[in-house]
Amino acid sequence: MELKGLVFSFFNAEVASRYWPDIVSGFWVTTKLGLAVIVAGIALGLALALLRAFQFRPANVLIVIFADALRALPPLVVIILLFFALPFVGISMTALTATWLSLSLVLAAFAEEIFWAGILAVPKGQTEAARSTGMTRAQTLMQVVLPQAVRITIPPLTNRMIAITKGTALGSVVAVHEIIYHASSGASEAGNPTPLTLGALAYLVLFVPVVVFGRWVETRFAWKR
Amino acid sequence: MEQILNLFFNMAILERVGPFLLRGLGMTLLLSLVVVPMGVLSGALLAVLYSLRRRWLNLLLIAYVDFFRAFPPLVLLLFIYGGLPFLGLDLPLFGTVALAFLLNTSSYYGEIFRAGIESIPRGQTEAARSTGLSRWQAMLYVTLPQAARNVLPDLIGNTLEVIKLTTLASVVGFTELLNNARNAQALTYNATPVVVAALAYLVMLWPLVRLVSRLEHRSIAVR
Repeated sequence: MELKGLVFSFFNAEVASRYWPDIVSGFWVTTKLGLAVIVAGIALGLALALLRAFQFRPANVLIVIFADALRALPPLVVIILLFFALPFVGISMTALTATWLSLSLVLAAFAEEIFWAGILAVPKGQTEAARSTGMTRAQTLMQVVLPQAVRITIPPLTNRMIAITKGTALGSVVAVHEIIYHASSGASEAGNPTPLTLGALAYLVLFVPVVVFGRWVETRFAWKR
Repeated sequence: MEQILNLFFNMAILERVGPFLLRGLGMTLLLSLVVVPMGVLSGALLAVLYSLRRRWLNLLLIAYVDFFRAFPPLVLLLFIYGGLPFLGLDLPLFGTVALAFLLNTSSYYGEIFRAGIESIPRGQTEAARSTGLSRWQAMLYVTLPQAARNVLPDLIGNTLEVIKLTTLASVVGFTELLNNARNAQALTYNATPVVVAALAYLVMLWPLVRLVSRLEHRSIAVR
């Protein structure tokens, strides 16, 4: 295939200028959605792991069931359940809310497991020593165990956050107006894949720094053997 | 309660769409059985090439891996699905989907194997070489098996992610489980097919989740 045809299909300046603004608006939707998912997912995951540290049996069983179910279910299935199945019982939400809620719950499940593994990795002697100085259980957890646990959870947590924020692209399936929604609807409207190229570039601009950052975090916080 | 059962676990509807869902499940398994082994093999190959420590080759490999890790898999799939025909390439749908997932997942497996190979002390290679094994034999028989064992939780975890990934194929109309469940839901105007599909994923993947959890906790405890 000649180069001119390739450029016409994938880097068509005329098509690009027409769909550029859509992609940019999608870029902001993706960014905000991704950040909202990270904040809610990490907060909920941390809260669940802390709750689990108090060893209250009924709560622990529920937390384990929640974490297992949301780690086993594909995120797209969760989104579709929330968006298409819940309205049958009268609970309906916007596509954006459904996507945000689904991804946040999935991230929370993974984050809970990672934080919990981190808490378990702190030697028991730390807790015993802290308790013997007169600190309460809550103080011990928050001021002694958690700060040590968080450090080793940073690499796996960063990787998981990256993976799940990339899941914001799944929102396009329920018509959230993020990057790939504009890119693929633009491509079929124009009969030309240039909007898809733009969309791909937008993702690279957004995620290459994040992936490189993740690589740095992994070496920076690597467990020293 | 009865109404909820009617809408979410309607036996009459399940009986009607059951075979259709089973066919979708079969395609999900087939796709996984193609993508997972090919992903593991190409990931191992990427990592072995990386361990050769050729500067320009390593830069290229890192670029490849980071590029495909930065792309959300759905974007990759839609780009290949929408773009290949314009390149004059007419791949069957199965091939398109498998190619997109393979590009994505080989880079993840590659990173995992790379970490594994780096965790093996150099002395292992040196000892193997001194017994007369060639470089490739030393890699294949000594380094790689130990590397794979060291990163087993991550390898299984990523395999779990690949199987979950196959649901994205529904977006381009590949007839796997989620696609068939959504079509059945649209036809019957009832949530049962999607709920049953979700349960199928749970039943299928929950043992893997447990296994990964146990292996991860054990590897942390060993530290």
